[in-house]
Amino acid sequence: MTFEEMIKSVNSIFINILDNDNIVLARETTAKDIEEWDSLSHIQLVVAIEKHFKIRFSSGEIQGFKNVGEMCDNLLTKV
Amino acid sequence: MNFSSLKKNLKKDFSSHKKISIALLGDSSTQLLHTALRGLGYEYEVNLEIFEADYDQVDTLVLNRSSELYQKVFDFIIIFQSTPKIKKNYYKLPEDKQRIDFATNHLNKVCAYYESIKCYNSSSKIIYFNFQELDDNLFGHFANKTNISFRYQVRKINLGLMDLGQKCSDLFILDLASLLSSYGQSFITDPKIFATTELLFSLDFLPIVSKHLLDIIFSIIGRFNKCLILDLDNTLWGGVIGDDGIENIQIGQLGIGKIFTEIQMWTKELKQRGVILAVCSKNEENIAKAPFENHPEMILRLEDIALFVANWHNKAQNIQFIQSTLNIGLDSMVFIDDNPVEREMVKIHLPAVTVPDLPVDPAEYLPYLSSLNLFETASYSENDSIRTQQYKEEANRVIFEKTFINEDDFLRNLEMSSDVGTFSTYNIPRIAQLTQRSNQFNLRTIRYTEDEIKQIASSKIHHTLSFTLKDKFGDHGLISSIILKEVEEKKQAKALFIDTWVMSCRVLKRGMEQFILNQIVTLAKQNGYSTILGEYLPTKKNALVQDLYKNLGMIQYGSHWILNISDYQEKTTFIFKN
Repeated sequence: MTFEEMIKSVNSIFINILDNDNIVLARETTAKDIEEWDSLSHIQLVVAIEKHFKIRFSSGEIQGFKNVGEMCDNLLTKV
Repeated sequence: MNFSSLKKNLKKDFSSHKKISIALLGDSSTQLLHTALRGLGYEYEVNLEIFEADYDQVDTLVLNRSSELYQKVFDFIIIFQSTPKIKKNYYKLPEDKQRIDFATNHLNKVCAYYESIKCYNSSSKIIYFNFQELDDNLFGHFANKTNISFRYQVRKINLGLMDLGQKCSDLFILDLASLLSSYGQSFITDPKIFATTELLFSLDFLPIVSKHLLDIIFSIIGRFNKCLILDLDNTLWGGVIGDDGIENIQIGQLGIGKIFTEIQMWTKELKQRGVILAVCSKNEENIAKAPFENHPEMILRLEDIALFVANWHNKAQNIQFIQSTLNIGLDSMVFIDDNPVEREMVKIHLPAVTVPDLPVDPAEYLPYLSSLNLFETASYSENDSIRTQQYKEEANRVIFEKTFINEDDFLRNLEMSSDVGTFSTYNIPRIAQLTQRSNQFNLRTIRYTEDEIKQIASSKIHHTLSFTLKDKFGDHGLISSIILKEVEEKKQAKALFIDTWVMSCRVLKRGMEQFILNQIVTLAKQNGYSTILGEYLPTKKNALVQDLYKNLGMIQYGSHWILNISDYQEKTTFIFKN
């Protein structure tokens, strides 16, 4: 899977969980850029991504990603 | 329902739904529980208005009279203290002799919570989570052999909460320990999420625990299942009685009969607990009844079944017949049938009936049915075990009635008599239960707890009446209670206001209403009152009594109904006063 394919699948999870069709993720996107992405919906996103890709993040990882790009890179090493 | 869809429900319109106010207090983060609970409420048509306390403020809020908790009256106060948090407190205790008292001290604290809430906010019901029996395995299995192990102390708290629940009528326990043993620790929590956010429950468990909270809440406000309707073939026994014959159906030792024996045992226990059993089967009646009469290994017998319907009509029709004969709401019925086509038929035509989608393998029926928690209840009294018997008698009366053309002849031939009394220690639990359970014949739908009923019984400004009814078919027991309150009426003579009039629907059309009014008037005369005032407060379910006061000849005055005692003509009834 390429980075582009990964960010695309992650994008659709964001749209579904945050209930906002206009979300377009890029490598640099962070929680500040998306209104619905707060600390509680972050948990929902983490759980939804884990389920979708059948992987587990560690507690350090879910707090440590700087942006969407870092998370997708991490995901690519796991799937 | 998953968490995401519950969260999406929050954007929907709750305005037509019944409001229930809740305070949610926890020692871990409760935001997602709040979201899940409110979102699930939408599915059950309630608008849960939830006040969520600040994080870990239980003591401050509950024990302090001037806290936010006491600025308004909440219907429910939910307190969720968690095992990881109390474990920290436990570890802080330096000495074994302090640890030995840990459970007792915690229970004393819960007692203090209860007393504060009762004192400052008396009508709230309290729901307290019991504790996950997690172990730190500092002692391994030896924890069972020493009272200074954390596991020993947690179990002692949980048992103590059960005792406390029996003493405190407004304290209800959410049994988290039991949910943990059903679902498993790795399902109900996510350690990573707890470590980073202090949210104890996993997203997958939140809808489940919310459902269980709602079960408790609904049982307290009178929304719960009262009747279980059972199919026979391949539901109560294996095989088809009409084809296989009585000697070949699977029950007891034969084939997979053990599975059905267990289902029947569960059903019989439900009957003992007060759930009314009915049968609805596509069969010839005599063939369907044969196992109940003659099969040595059947657990259920005909006397356990309030109404036995076996014919070839469709099941939706038959369930409507059961509903009209037993006179209980469709929304308090559960229908169990192995056949998906029959289930679908009932779901489409009678959407209010609960119809569980049984698994394909009969071995999974019972674990599945138990997991649904279909029969939550907010009370239990000894009377409950004879409820099926009472409904069975009622079904016989309905059939007896059909033999009379003239209604008065029917009533005279019923040989009815009633014990008229006041509230006493002996009948207070049943009276409280009547105010909580009755939805249809309930003029003002004020729910009272046992404690409140006790206060009313000893109050100087209240008069109380209780009524039983017996007839040639059996004893209904206590079927109606009346709370009368003295009120000033325009500085003139004092009037009696009917604060509560609840009656079991089982005794409708017997002249009981007229008999009761006669007794109210007698009481009023003896105590020197000149008028009786009534009020009808409409709910979704009590349209049955909207014209009660009018039909009894009372005069409407604004929102109230008035009866002048001096003009009163005693009503004719066929009920003999004991």
